[in-house]
Amino acid sequence: MNTTDHTTLTARLMTLASERFDRPLAALSADDDFFHALGIDSLQALDLLTRIEETFDVEVPDYELQGVTTFTGLAEVIARRL
Amino acid sequence: MEEPRNPGVDRGLTSDGESPPASTAGGTTTVGTAGAFRGEALSWELAGGVLEVTLHRAPANEIGTTTLAELEGLVAALYAGAERGTVRAMILHSAVAGGFCAGADLRELYAGITARRAAGDAEAAIEAEVRGFIDRIHATFDALDQAPVTTVAAVHGVVFGGGFELALCCDLVVADKSARFAFPELRLGLVPGFGGIPRLRRDVGNAVIRDLLLTGRTLSATRAHELGLVSQLVARGEALNVARHVAAQACRFDADVTRAAKRFIKPLPAGELAREKDLFCALFTSPVVSEALRRFTESHDARPYLP
Repeated sequence: MNTTDHTTLTARLMTLASERFDRPLAALSADDDFFHALGIDSLQALDLLTRIEETFDVEVPDYELQGVTTFTGLAEVIARRL
Repeated sequence: MEEPRNPGVDRGLTSDGESPPASTAGGTTTVGTAGAFRGEALSWELAGGVLEVTLHRAPANEIGTTTLAELEGLVAALYAGAERGTVRAMILHSAVAGGFCAGADLRELYAGITARRAAGDAEAAIEAEVRGFIDRIHATFDALDQAPVTTVAAVHGVVFGGGFELALCCDLVVADKSARFAFPELRLGLVPGFGGIPRLRRDVGNAVIRDLLLTGRTLSATRAHELGLVSQLVARGEALNVARHVAAQACRFDADVTRAAKRFIKPLPAGELAREKDLFCALFTSPVVSEALRRFTESHDARPYLP
């Protein structure tokens, strides 16, 4: 995946998260810790994962997300599955 | 669309004047007097032949001693109602936003063990207590599994560990698209102990089970439906409504035929269940489990400890 595609994927993830958790998109940045930026707990993070899988038609084992804290990092994991 | 559920609560559990078996539940025992029950962890009511059971213990319906006692009361009411012909189907669902059930109450389990050890109790006594709890869980879950009526789990959100195992006791699983299924037990140094693996082996292939068990990963409802683990996949928030239609359909069939069909198609894997109990109890004494439980229960991070 090239840089443009990765940036687009990250932006789509941020849009999805902002809509799901009712946060202004402008208040999020690609390198935010999305747990803190979205103010979500582990159950809500699972819900985000489900919506990501639906939106991008991928299956993401959640252990691959351990240690992933930013939207950029999230995009890297998803890109491997597209 | 017509709702299959009758608006009023059927008093069928007690309408014939008999006294159904007393609930062993920790909450107020109301089965014998009101045809409905409201406990600390779950409640039920009967309408149109359908016993609708609601799990409502925040934060995520963790199964500890209170829930187990109330589930034992449910089994007594279910079998008594089926025997009298007043209960023709059962729905099990959760009123908790986070999901159906997150599994065993690890905090209660860890607190109990820690207190017993601090009091100087012998490890053998602690192991015997764990074995006693697991024996009660298995007896209750086996009874739900073999219930003489059609049973439907309506699930959403987390369906983890013991919660997954509880859902697998039911004949049919109706899942909304938010549901995620997992066996996270290996992350705690254990295997699932409430009978989930032997029950799931009836439904899906061993490769699927190995993937779930050996990685501890979660599975979406969509994927679970593709694999045959979920009977019906429905929109978010619609699992209970759909389950009511399923239960209403089940009520149209002859009760004896339904019972015979279940006996034919859904045998209890008794041998594997017994071996699972032994394995769980053997693993439970490991220091790995104590350390994993300590780290899990003491974590206050939004991202709880899970290896």
